[in-house]
Amino acid sequence: MSSDGVNKGRRRFLVATTSVVGGIGAGFAAVPFIKSWMPSARAQAVGAPVQVNIGKLKEGQLLKVQWRGQTVGVLRRTPEMIANLPKVDDALSDPQSADAEQPEYIHGEERALNPEFLVVNMHCTHLGCIPQMIPQVGPQPFDENWNGGFYCPCHKSKFDLSGRVYKGVPAPANLRIPPYSFLDERTVMIGVSPQGAV
Amino acid sequence: MARFTDSVNRQASALLGWFDKRLPVTAFWNNVMTGYMAPKNFNFWYYMGSLALLVLVIQILSGIFLAMYYKPSAAEAFASVEYIMRDVDWGWLIRYMHTTGASFFFILVYLHMFRSLLYGSHKAPRELLWVFGMLIYVLLMAEAFLGYILPWGQMSYWGAQVIINLFGALPKIGEPLTQWIRGDYFISDATLNRFFALHVIAVPLALLGLVLLHLVALRENGSNNPDGIEIKANKDVDGKPLDGIPFHPYYTVKDIFGVGMFLIIFCFVLFFWPEAGGMFLEHDNFFPADPLVTPTHIKPVWYFTPFYAILKAVPNKLGGVIMMGASVFVLFLLPWLDRSPVKSIRYRGAWYKILLALFTIAFVRLGLLGMAEGTPAQTWEMRVWTLVYFMFFVLLFFMSPKAKTKPVPDRVTH
Repeated sequence: MSSDGVNKGRRRFLVATTSVVGGIGAGFAAVPFIKSWMPSARAQAVGAPVQVNIGKLKEGQLLKVQWRGQTVGVLRRTPEMIANLPKVDDALSDPQSADAEQPEYIHGEERALNPEFLVVNMHCTHLGCIPQMIPQVGPQPFDENWNGGFYCPCHKSKFDLSGRVYKGVPAPANLRIPPYSFLDERTVMIGVSPQGAV
Repeated sequence: MARFTDSVNRQASALLGWFDKRLPVTAFWNNVMTGYMAPKNFNFWYYMGSLALLVLVIQILSGIFLAMYYKPSAAEAFASVEYIMRDVDWGWLIRYMHTTGASFFFILVYLHMFRSLLYGSHKAPRELLWVFGMLIYVLLMAEAFLGYILPWGQMSYWGAQVIINLFGALPKIGEPLTQWIRGDYFISDATLNRFFALHVIAVPLALLGLVLLHLVALRENGSNNPDGIEIKANKDVDGKPLDGIPFHPYYTVKDIFGVGMFLIIFCFVLFFWPEAGGMFLEHDNFFPADPLVTPTHIKPVWYFTPFYAILKAVPNKLGGVIMMGASVFVLFLLPWLDRSPVKSIRYRGAWYKILLALFTIAFVRLGLLGMAEGTPAQTWEMRVWTLVYFMFFVLLFFMSPKAKTKPVPDRVTH
């Protein structure tokens, strides 16, 4: 490249402006490609609420349904299960679900509109596996003082029968509770909050 | 007869001459093969690079043929793999080549990397060579992960669930990021389809580019050797290293012998033990993906288990992810953490042998623990070995500049 009779200031200006304009152009050109990875319109549309008939659920039985691609469990708890809940409070990291992802109308140890029916997003808050329900009270290979609950096979997180997480496990939070409401005594609507509730 | 061969030879060299005027065929051959002087004291550890290249070719070839029958859709993927296994002529062999090749790729790459730790091949002036190698390793992990999703079995599905959700541990951007990767609110058809594209086009192209850079960087300074000395420091009157021999024919022939031995082992596994007892192909992956049920014992394929064990050892979501990322990232820094004045373990003294032995045991033990069911005792053991793993790098950094070394010879030894 010859430098005779060259206006260096102008050359620098042209190099700089070309680089800047080219860089901005490349940035804009990247947007469609990056955006194309977002959930498509079709994926977003498939998010309707799900009706679940719980009339035939036996005591202690867990029913799994899919809502927005997530597995949601409906567990009909026995009176003993509900009575056992406060026993483990000391071993839990968030017994009152202060930091849990749940609707405002869900609170307390039962974490349910009707304490008999636990409606819970089954995905472990660690890495999204589905914990197994192990309702028996008594020693288990992973816990000598097991009080019944959910146990994640992936990384050994433990939750009680309200989906509250134990201390010292990788899961950072209680299982999530989705918005739901009762249409009548036998039907739960997952994805819709009760009327008047936020 | 003699006249005939003479005439063929003449015509062949004329043809070569025609090409040489238009494409530097001979010059390139001389430059990278016959004219490239490699140290004469290579040993067993120096087979791994060329064998990894061979496996790369096997993977590309078998992969192209698998892509002809495989269908990247959530509805058809699992069945199309069974179709390959049962109905396509020799399809089972081509698929097992690909799955066995994947595991052997990692075996070779781990041995290849261990060679660097033995002989200091990552040290100046070969830092970039090591960094390119590490990038290849990371991309290879990505490639293996993406490929593992494709059969759409239980382990494919739940493995993807766990690995993608690792990104969800990042504060703020975590959740949108996982959605962006999946292209949906859960692992779905969209996820499988894009992972297929990445697995067959994007990552292999990047891998090939990096392999090229790795080789160019290797040729620039030449190979290291078990004595860890620069053979270019001692040259004869023609400027050729005294301890060097031409790569071709000496090392091409050595590598071909290595290829023969390797293929015997490779084919044995391929023909008689392709699942390797659930290590190369996991049992749970013979069940179609079921979003409602997580397999009771979920674990990654063996080559990821050391890092998976580190993830499991930390009782905190973000902390575990950070530690796991750090355990891979710290390897990139090895050339700068290792400040020893000598390269080879032969002249480093006992401290390095002990450190490296502990590091190796930690890596293998973490790998085994990563596969295990995981009792509380095992969790504690994982924590201990995780500590040993990281302490290797810390101690290396502080001990390497000061530790006693043995005198390094001027010329390579036998």
